[in-house]
Amino acid sequence: MVHKKAGALALVAALMLSTSAFAQDKRVVTWNADYDPIPLAAAEALIADFEAANPEIDVQLTNFDHEGYKNAIRNFLTADPPDLANWYAANRMRPFVEAGLFADISDVWANNGLIDALASSVPSSTIDGKQYAIPYTYYQWGIYYNRDAYAAAGVEPPAADATVDWATFLANCEKFKAAGIDCVTTGSVAKWPVAGIFDYLSLRTNGYQFHADLAAGKISWTSPEARAVFAEFAKLQPFVTENHAAIDWQDAAAIFTQGKAAHYVMGNFAVGVFKEGGMTNDNLGFMVFPEITPGIARAEEAPTDTIHLTSGAKNPDDAKLFLAFMASAEAQSKWNAAVGQLPTNKNATVDAADPFLTEGFQALSTATGGIAQFWDRDADAEYASLGMDGFQQFLVQPEELEAILERLEQARLRLFPQ
Amino acid sequence: MANATDTVAAAPMPRASGRWNQRKIAPWLFLAPGLFMFAVYVLWPIVQSISLSFYDWNGLYNRDGEFTGRFIGLQNYRELGSDPAFEISLWNNLKWLVLYMLALPIGLFLSIFLNQTVRGIRLYKSLFFFPFVISQVVVGLIFAWFYAPNFGLFYLLTEWITGDGTAILADPDLVTYGIIAAGLWPQIAYVMILYLTGLNNVAPDQIEAARLDGAKGWKMLWYVVLPQLRPATFIAVIVTVIGALRSFDLVSIMTSGGPFGSSRVLSFYMYEMALGEIGLRMGYGAAIAVVLFAIMMIFISGFIWKMWRDETQR
Repeated sequence: MVHKKAGALALVAALMLSTSAFAQDKRVVTWNADYDPIPLAAAEALIADFEAANPEIDVQLTNFDHEGYKNAIRNFLTADPPDLANWYAANRMRPFVEAGLFADISDVWANNGLIDALASSVPSSTIDGKQYAIPYTYYQWGIYYNRDAYAAAGVEPPAADATVDWATFLANCEKFKAAGIDCVTTGSVAKWPVAGIFDYLSLRTNGYQFHADLAAGKISWTSPEARAVFAEFAKLQPFVTENHAAIDWQDAAAIFTQGKAAHYVMGNFAVGVFKEGGMTNDNLGFMVFPEITPGIARAEEAPTDTIHLTSGAKNPDDAKLFLAFMASAEAQSKWNAAVGQLPTNKNATVDAADPFLTEGFQALSTATGGIAQFWDRDADAEYASLGMDGFQQFLVQPEELEAILERLEQARLRLFPQ
Repeated sequence: MANATDTVAAAPMPRASGRWNQRKIAPWLFLAPGLFMFAVYVLWPIVQSISLSFYDWNGLYNRDGEFTGRFIGLQNYRELGSDPAFEISLWNNLKWLVLYMLALPIGLFLSIFLNQTVRGIRLYKSLFFFPFVISQVVVGLIFAWFYAPNFGLFYLLTEWITGDGTAILADPDLVTYGIIAAGLWPQIAYVMILYLTGLNNVAPDQIEAARLDGAKGWKMLWYVVLPQLRPATFIAVIVTVIGALRSFDLVSIMTSGGPFGSSRVLSFYMYEMALGEIGLRMGYGAAIAVVLFAIMMIFISGFIWKMWRDETQR
């Protein structure tokens, strides 16, 4: 949901059944994944490395179309489980863990020192004290800005290391508005982009724990803390691109690259889209979301992609070997360098030539508040969807605040009986 | 369908006469494949959906292949009663039903307009029929671009006229009407073709007789032509009602039910709840499907009753 690239064609996916020649005498590990072409090539390179080190094992990757995978996984986990399957951390993996379809791999974590190496991802990989996932990549969210738009509006761009505070940010928004430039753009047809904005407002107003508790249904939507978040949201609302509810996030990226908007609250995967739109490292900038409540430990959003061992795995021992390999610093450095994302292993390296990865790695490794997954991964699926409906409606009809809060509160009481 | 059991019962009956028996069995034998398919692919899923609507189930079986649902009785239906999203979907379905009926008069008008013999009329007819031939997905995309903020033709047009562009698909009050307009485009073509074939069967001698009696214009249409088009009208109403109720593809392509769920219809809400990546509440989705089925049943039984009456009166 968070990472929405166009999926590879299903036909192509079906044709790429196996990555290596079939060999009778090798022990086979099967792996179902949903990669786009670039990540797929990176994964195949890793498989080649792994097979070179373990010549008696043959890893067979079956690639699925991105969108189709979400339904396919529900079928193949029961009907014909592979040894390994791609999925997402935190609440997104919970249904499969609770149905007993993902296997406990705490031993892989313990035997390979991963609790320390993958420290930032321990909470999102753990359910009831056991680990069920190997996180191998994540990417930061934050604010991307267009220096050309800054120049056009005559606003001083943020200095390299200094953080912008919220009052300055809003004051700048006024200047952009006067210059006919949208201060913040977004395209919310798919709803999740507004969840990114809300999450940051929530993390900056009340901190990480509030975000986690809100997503878990522990906090009332009519509480003063929740209202405070919407109060900040209301300050930003007039500066967000009009009609965003009918714009795809990629189309909003076009508004941003053309300089008709100055900021875009997005995940790092959008950098590729921005650059396709003609932006370069010279006019594209990244900054962390401004501090709102002074003194709150800065938390960031970094949705994590994971690999899981299925309960029906036919070759769990070799599959665990491969999982340990995917958790290693070398494998993660290589895969993430190819894909342009961040490794979760703290000993891994990041391509120093990519300013966005470097800044993202910096932002995440200094986020003392914690790493949030994203609204729709931290919250239960239905609750997340109702929440995003509310955020989107507020951004269109801020005057409906009371009705929105009331509706969300009703949903909370129904989904999480107190 | 209740008669299906007769097949079994009829076989071992003591035969009064071989000929009579053959006559009795033969139609059932011919019907058997159809009945079998109907039972397996229509009736059985209906029964399953209804029973599923009494469960709370996320669609997963556990490792041993056991059903993981929990029986909750009428809880899903009670929840529907207080679900604002369901209420919006229901109202939108009603808007679809009512406004989709516009396809009938417009289709009739177009068919009468095209029912003439001039050079190249076949080309004009096929051009008018074109929107029905292309996929609904394409129709949805075309209209989504037509309405698109900042560059869509409709948006630019409203911007030029009123000075402030209207992005139909971003406006919670207008979005459903925008999608219905997109749906009407192919539906009108469909109704038009039904009427065109109907017009071929209008008896020329009656038209001639009416003309001699001095009927023309509206009177001719209303008293002479329309009564003869009744079978075409009947089919047109059926396909339009069904088309309105199963409006799913356009909603899914153009807005995914947004903004914030204001363009949802029952079929789309059911999909979101049961099969979308959010939700996965099979029982709740089934309950929505049952409600949609009940609404359809009102119309379907009306049609069946009318057909049955027509056949027996003959």
